[in-house]
Amino acid sequence: MSKQNTQNPPLTLETIGLTKRFGGLRAVGNVNLKIKKGELAGLIGPNGAGKTTAFNLITGLYKPTEGEILFQGESIVGPEPFEITRMGIGRTFQNIRLFSNLTVLDNVRIAYHPHAGYSLFDGIARTPNYYAKEKELTEKTQEFLAIFGLEKLQNEVAKNLPYGEQRRVEIARALACNPRLLLLDEPAAGMNPKEIVELMDLIHLIHDRFDLTILLIEHQMRVVMGICQHITVLDFGEVIAEGTPKDIQENERVVEAYLGKGAGHAA
Amino acid sequence: MDTFFLVASLVKIIAILAYIYGLLWVMGHANRWVKIGGIVLAFAVVQLALTPFGDFQILTAFDQGLLYQACAMTMVALGLNLIYGFNGQFSLGQWGFYGIGAYCAADITYRWINGDSRGLIVVAFGVVLVALAIWGIGKFLSRYRGIPVMSSFTLYLLGTVAAAAVAVFIGNALQPLLQPALGTPENPGWLNSEIALQVVFFLAVILAGAFAAIVSFLFGLPVLTLGSDYFGIATLGFTIVINTLMINSDTILPFPEMKGGRGMIGIPKLTTWFWAFAFMVLVIIVMRNFIHSSTGRTVMSVREDETAARAMGIDIAGTKLLSFVVGSLFAGLAGGVYAHYIGFLSPGTFDFLVGFNPLIIVVFGGLGSMSGTVAASFGWIFFLEGLLRVILSQMGTEAPTWRFVLYPIALLLLMLLRPQGLLGNTEWGFLKAKVIPLKVEK
Repeated sequence: MSKQNTQNPPLTLETIGLTKRFGGLRAVGNVNLKIKKGELAGLIGPNGAGKTTAFNLITGLYKPTEGEILFQGESIVGPEPFEITRMGIGRTFQNIRLFSNLTVLDNVRIAYHPHAGYSLFDGIARTPNYYAKEKELTEKTQEFLAIFGLEKLQNEVAKNLPYGEQRRVEIARALACNPRLLLLDEPAAGMNPKEIVELMDLIHLIHDRFDLTILLIEHQMRVVMGICQHITVLDFGEVIAEGTPKDIQENERVVEAYLGKGAGHAA
Repeated sequence: MDTFFLVASLVKIIAILAYIYGLLWVMGHANRWVKIGGIVLAFAVVQLALTPFGDFQILTAFDQGLLYQACAMTMVALGLNLIYGFNGQFSLGQWGFYGIGAYCAADITYRWINGDSRGLIVVAFGVVLVALAIWGIGKFLSRYRGIPVMSSFTLYLLGTVAAAAVAVFIGNALQPLLQPALGTPENPGWLNSEIALQVVFFLAVILAGAFAAIVSFLFGLPVLTLGSDYFGIATLGFTIVINTLMINSDTILPFPEMKGGRGMIGIPKLTTWFWAFAFMVLVIIVMRNFIHSSTGRTVMSVREDETAARAMGIDIAGTKLLSFVVGSLFAGLAGGVYAHYIGFLSPGTFDFLVGFNPLIIVVFGGLGSMSGTVAASFGWIFFLEGLLRVILSQMGTEAPTWRFVLYPIALLLLMLLRPQGLLGNTEWGFLKAKVIPLKVEK
């Protein structure tokens, strides 16, 4: 635990020997991630490499078989997922998981609930505190929506939105959790090139504006190479390479993992 | 006679639905004085209709009974809608909590008029002490992480038993002091005066709700960790257990006054339109304020997507338990109102088969629609118990049984034609969510 003192700048997230086995299958094996504060990091790898499993381990949806996860120097193996989120880790999902029958505004307001500032009693008795805090909460979530250009859609039911907008609502909702670390699971999946450019701008914007550390999983190399400062490559649950986008592009093992053996020499 | 009765009944049902709509509309009025005046007017209109003027009375004694049943059913069904419609937990236990509330409230007032104060004192102290014990244990447990749910359940159970034992002790100790003031049924003391009885009745209903809530907390804590379908089966088991305990309340439970399967008689008929109306409006207000609060929104998020809710920092287990406890509280209140209207409690009323009624009402009115539940409760009681029973009884003595053929067919048709329920998820007046205006950029 004394490790983080020797690091400069401090690490937001660190995994030490993180391993997860499902029966005989080792989905994630001995992964050591180091994400510096304020970094925009990427996690890539072919299908089934264990990227989403790693996310589920970090957010507490799965318990690791072995290893340790430190968030801002504190272990987050053990707390419930909702407690981990309240410590400051927000996430989005690969297959969009919005609260489909609720409005866009309510989707974001739900994520803001831990910071709502009024109790259930205030809510039922409708005390002045309820009105004040509810107003504050609503305005705050409207600000989040405005960043994503969704303010006009606030009263729409989430499931009626087009795909790209649902993605943006999901990121807005994750931001409303007030995270220090944001995990984005394939944010560009299913987007057209124009939407991808917008998304990249958006990620840059929230990264700067909210002083966030971001870790994203992505298949679209344009996105990863375009915005990530540091990339980790997973294959069959193990880290096969890490470094700057330039290093990764030149790494033979990475090319091999993606294109097959021999491709590295051919290229 | 037949045609006249049919037309009159249909007019009555339509009038009642219009009345519900009007009540919800006026409750949602922006002006506070219009709101209060409207509620008082809504109360007074029915009160007048119930008052006989010579031979003429708009709502007969039979209708009056239906009205109370409908109020009680509204509360039960709203509670179930919170658990099933809003929180997504399929529960068949609502009827059990309704029964617990009914027997609890009935026992308190029955004992009271017979000169035994222990019913009220034990339950009152019990509820307060158990609540304190649960609160304390909760505080204690929150300091530790990863405690298995069965361990915390055991602690809560031990705390409850200890607190209940203290309450029984207090009740026994206070009985000799209160006995003279209570008097005997033949010679009632001042604590059994008209007004004192009203207060005791009010307390009995509230305590019945609190009692049901505590039982639901202890039952829900371990059982809510099950997935929704398994939870449904477990709650069905709960209703059966409660029913069996009622049938044997004088043999395996120490409550001879409940008279087991023969049914509890001699409960004072204290429910008036005022109380039924007041409790119903209270439940509607609490339910609406709950749903439209930040916590209420988290309740809905659990129904929509548990994984996402968990990842958004929502305490899933706590949210499920909360809505289960609040839903059961409503059922307990309804039980108290029902027991003091009917004056006679039979375990048959709380059979699990009858327990499907609130479920049908909730689905019929629309899952997740409070207005639908209220309207369906009234419509259901007046149509099934009122109109159909009377009409069919004129066609032969066995004919009323046909209503259990007719209404399932109606239900089937509804599910085929309108699976989202009569009202879907639309709300009326007071129950509507406030539409947040778009933010104006300056």
